[in-house]
Amino acid sequence: MNIPYTVTERPDTGLTNGKLGIWLFLASEVMLFGALFSTYIILRTGAPEWPHGELNVLLGAVNTVILISSSVTMVMAWATLKLKDWAKHRLYLIGTFLLAGVFLVNKYFEYKDHFEKGETPAHSTFTAIYFTLTGLHGLHILGGMIVMLYFLGPGTKLWKKNPDQFTNRIEYTGLYWHFVDLVWIFLFPVLYLL
Amino acid sequence: MHSDPTAIKKSIRTYMLVGAALLVFTGITVGANQFHFGVPVAVTVALIIATMKGSMVASIFMHLSAEKKWIYGALILTILGFVILMTVPIFTTMDTIGKHVPAIGGAPTAEHGGH
Repeated sequence: MNIPYTVTERPDTGLTNGKLGIWLFLASEVMLFGALFSTYIILRTGAPEWPHGELNVLLGAVNTVILISSSVTMVMAWATLKLKDWAKHRLYLIGTFLLAGVFLVNKYFEYKDHFEKGETPAHSTFTAIYFTLTGLHGLHILGGMIVMLYFLGPGTKLWKKNPDQFTNRIEYTGLYWHFVDLVWIFLFPVLYLL
Repeated sequence: MHSDPTAIKKSIRTYMLVGAALLVFTGITVGANQFHFGVPVAVTVALIIATMKGSMVASIFMHLSAEKKWIYGALILTILGFVILMTVPIFTTMDTIGKHVPAIGGAPTAEHGGH
């Protein structure tokens, strides 16, 4: 059975089903992170004092640069596919995957440092919300990496069979990835700087 | 969204410029943090820069500047929900924040507790 409207747009919405689907998914993600940001505000405004300068700003800033760069490589992975340049697409997608990996490695060292100092999630309200927000974000990075790995491996078969559908799938992966970047753009100042 | 190769090539230049602008804004965010403004100013500056960066990612990388009305409709509903979520803390903290609430002495009575 063929899934309809994977390449052509539905006449009523003007969108492919996949695109509308990914945007609705992202809308639910906004609610998920929104609830956690809201929790952060409640905890912070209700706390008699809030720790400042406990996080490594340099590492956080480096991770911001990494995620922004990965967003650029991701959009380039899609644009090069539109130009039918398979080799460059692979290069950009591998680049995005590697940058995501570096982000997680940095996060690992950051977490390790906190745990060695005894700053576990149970240590304080700040560490609890810090690990919850960054942990959930890290899981999203991992999820994105799994999807990219699929499109670098078994998913490539679709390019030969239906290049337009493959290009659309890369676009949806990109939309998810930019959202993950967008969340970090807010997490970085809120947790590391304020 | 473009499908024409010339338009895509033009977009690539925009993606690179936006990427560079995002990196510059990150530098400004970190730099501004060195000035040790008061908390209200620091929060305002950091969130204004983050919002500008977020808008660039959404409008250029996620192509929201030229999307279909169904996506805008879904996002308007999302923003509405998000604003409600952000308003919840105000209602929960406005009456007790910064105030000491004295503990009620003695064992709970039928009127004050035990329900």
